[in-house]
Amino acid sequence: MRLTVDGQSFDIDADPEMPLLWALRDLVGKTGPKFGCGIAACGACTVHVDGQPVRSCSLPVGEVSGPITTIEGISAGGKLHPVQQAWLEEQVAQCGYCQAGQIMSAVALLEEVADPSDDDIDNAMGGNLCRCGTYPKIRAAIKKAAALKTAGL
Amino acid sequence: MASIGKIARRTFLIGAAAVAGGVAVGYYYYRKPFANPLEADLGKGEATFNPYVKIGADNTITIVAPRAEMGQGVSTTLAAMVAEELDVGLDQVKVEHGAASYAYYNAAILQEGGPFAFFDESMTAEAVRSGLGVVGKLLALQGTGGSSSMRDGFDKMRQAGAAARQMLIAAAAQKLGVSAGELETASGTVLHKASGKSVTYGEVAASANTMPPPAEVRLKDKADWKLLGKPQKRVDMLAKVTGAPIFGIDVRLPEMLYGTVKMSPRFWSKPVSADLSKAEKMPGVVKIVPIETSYGHGFGVIAENTWAAFRAAEAIEAKWADPEYPLDSAAIDAALKQALTTKGSALRNDGDVDTAFADAPREKIVEADYAVPYLAHATMEPMNATARLKDGALDIWCGNQAPTLVRQLCANAVGIEQDKVTVHTTFLGGGFGRRVEMDYALCAALMAKEAGGRPVKVTWTREEDMRHDAYRPAAIGRFQARLGDDGLPVAVDMKVSSPSMIASTLRRLFPSLSAMGPDKTIVDGAYDQPYTIPNYRVSGIAAPVSIPVGSWRSVGSSINGFFHEGFMDEIAAAGKTDPVELRKKLMAAYPSALKVVEAVAGMAKWGEALPAGKAKGMAFTLSFGSWVGEIVQVADTPAGIRIEKVWIAADVGTALDPDIIKAQLISGAIYGLSAAMGQEITFADGMVEQSNFHDFDAMRIFQTPVFEVAVLENFHKMGGVGEVGTPPAAPALANAIFALTGKRIRRLPLSKEVTFA
Repeated sequence: MRLTVDGQSFDIDADPEMPLLWALRDLVGKTGPKFGCGIAACGACTVHVDGQPVRSCSLPVGEVSGPITTIEGISAGGKLHPVQQAWLEEQVAQCGYCQAGQIMSAVALLEEVADPSDDDIDNAMGGNLCRCGTYPKIRAAIKKAAALKTAGL
Repeated sequence: MASIGKIARRTFLIGAAAVAGGVAVGYYYYRKPFANPLEADLGKGEATFNPYVKIGADNTITIVAPRAEMGQGVSTTLAAMVAEELDVGLDQVKVEHGAASYAYYNAAILQEGGPFAFFDESMTAEAVRSGLGVVGKLLALQGTGGSSSMRDGFDKMRQAGAAARQMLIAAAAQKLGVSAGELETASGTVLHKASGKSVTYGEVAASANTMPPPAEVRLKDKADWKLLGKPQKRVDMLAKVTGAPIFGIDVRLPEMLYGTVKMSPRFWSKPVSADLSKAEKMPGVVKIVPIETSYGHGFGVIAENTWAAFRAAEAIEAKWADPEYPLDSAAIDAALKQALTTKGSALRNDGDVDTAFADAPREKIVEADYAVPYLAHATMEPMNATARLKDGALDIWCGNQAPTLVRQLCANAVGIEQDKVTVHTTFLGGGFGRRVEMDYALCAALMAKEAGGRPVKVTWTREEDMRHDAYRPAAIGRFQARLGDDGLPVAVDMKVSSPSMIASTLRRLFPSLSAMGPDKTIVDGAYDQPYTIPNYRVSGIAAPVSIPVGSWRSVGSSINGFFHEGFMDEIAAAGKTDPVELRKKLMAAYPSALKVVEAVAGMAKWGEALPAGKAKGMAFTLSFGSWVGEIVQVADTPAGIRIEKVWIAADVGTALDPDIIKAQLISGAIYGLSAAMGQEITFADGMVEQSNFHDFDAMRIFQTPVFEVAVLENFHKMGGVGEVGTPPAAPALANAIFALTGKRIRRLPLSKEVTFA
């Protein structure tokens, strides 16, 4: 089975029922996406397939056809993605475990809505759990990222 | 408060050890320094000055911050303490957790373990505090907990930086041929201003290392701090926004196998029968092995990938013995109630409570029964550890809050000496007290024994994690107050019944020690609050329910914050006193408490009229040395009750990093609100009923209120920050709901009575 992950091709030998998350973590070696619940309830495993955010813990790898982007593939040429830059400037993370998923959901949101309202943020980010309670900073960072992105930074 | 006489007559329980009152310890042994673990593997050209500082010839400066980084920012602020005195920027240093070592013992973690309130500075209390600090060193526990890292590190890490700096100056003076007094330091360089000559720390590190350590170390005045007291960029932030492999679950090693566990769903029960044949035939399975530890019984599955291990674990068919504890939540509740009928031990007993109630007229009595459920920690990163046992040496990689215990217990489990064990402590994807436990490390160590020298990464499913925790215990309380004619309480009697966390922890970590004396964690957060009430008694009773319970963010205060402050709100309502005014009157003898209450009330504009359908509630808890007041504003909406805004004022004594402290206070409050709103762990047939985030959820971004936080520095002793935001959150919310609806909810979670938007 061939997967395209963060612009690179990988040939893996996986049970098609294996969730994409475990194919990425154990077989491809991409540990950026995190295991949190296994039932699409916490969002820690969020990656993009064909640009769409998916919960990779609940998506069988056999059903994946498009290119996959993980947290490890969103910064280009040594430059952080605006969302990562905003996360850094707002000092969002605490334990940090959920943040790869949070960031991937936020990147997808900003692809769709350039200047998201609080409601847009609530809707797009409601599936991403954070036990440290970094939500106020996540909200602030998404707004900052929107501004950075619009300014082309 | 306890007197020296009472203490001498009985023993009391602290953190992980049973200690007789009046600790006698050989002074010499206490003074004897531990070896510097950095000396064991210095790179070429590297010099170390003490267990916290290492400098390379290329001026690479490494600071060891030997506490678990679980989000609370400890690696940043501990490193800042050393950097401040070493005169280097935080961006110039590498920060490492370092090895498991007794040199990194935590003296402060036990310091408040005696039966004294934080504000009790009597000779007795101070003597016990200093005695317990010595015990901390003797046990040499390298631990992160009790919101103690800053208090423990504040002197010794600054001294480490200052001592290294003085040695570097002495070496530079020799090299430059000038007197040390003419030299200055900045950004890792020693400068001779008069001649313009300078050397980097790296250039003189090797010779500085041979200088005698200074006999006296002078620390900077607070006014001269460049890093401390100011917000710093967190040293772990870049790794955390780029998905770097920093967690235990990210460990990857050559030849690595993967695994999971299926432990008995009934705690401590052995399998009566087991059929592994189906599981063993599953694709990718390497081996299934029995597991037996002080945490209980079960099976470990070793496989070629995690998914294969998960599937095989599901296919294990086993019958488990009946539990040794009450079968379900109703029976557990009955056991707690039964315990509440016994006298218990009073950790606070001011005045004469029995006499005060004896002639109380009925209409002056306020009575209430309270209850809180068991709770899981539910860290975002499920329990996991990676272990390799090869050539008689064990390596173990995991996020943990007690590396020296990991070393000790894993050495025992696989039957080797401790010096053959290397613990690699990673970042923790959440701790909250869960990673003080050793179960996940022990499982990995035992499975590594069966893996033929290959490393095994053992990851628990969320279900396994949720159902095998050391839970925040359930507790019930029966409270009584007698009001005076002015509406203020003249007598308060609080009785709390809960399984003992200390006894439960000892069973798992030190099975050979038996618990003795009262467990003060049962009443922490109730007996030690800065209220003056003439007749004031707080008693705790350990209920005999042996479901594993342990430290859950803020420990006893997570329970008693709700009990005490909910009941104070009832007293205020019954006596027709404003809740803030009640605190001001009863806390008048404690200026720090008073200022916190005034600050939070001012921020929230307490007392100003609100639009219909909105209300506020307040609560205050002194825990882990910090004085914290919280006010919650709720609104009635068509979708349910919405938590709109939370104000927090906290006196932490000395604020070492205001931004990290604010983040911790908000984090603690959200943790407490999450639990108060909807979390509970319940039991049926001896097994936990919840399994994952669908039935044990936490606050989501769309439920998160706006926060406003003030950090005060009034008290003369430093407090902790990691846990202190949690205790007042639940009572402030429940009190706000009372103000909104008139409904007094005395049993958590609140979702049993109201709906949240």
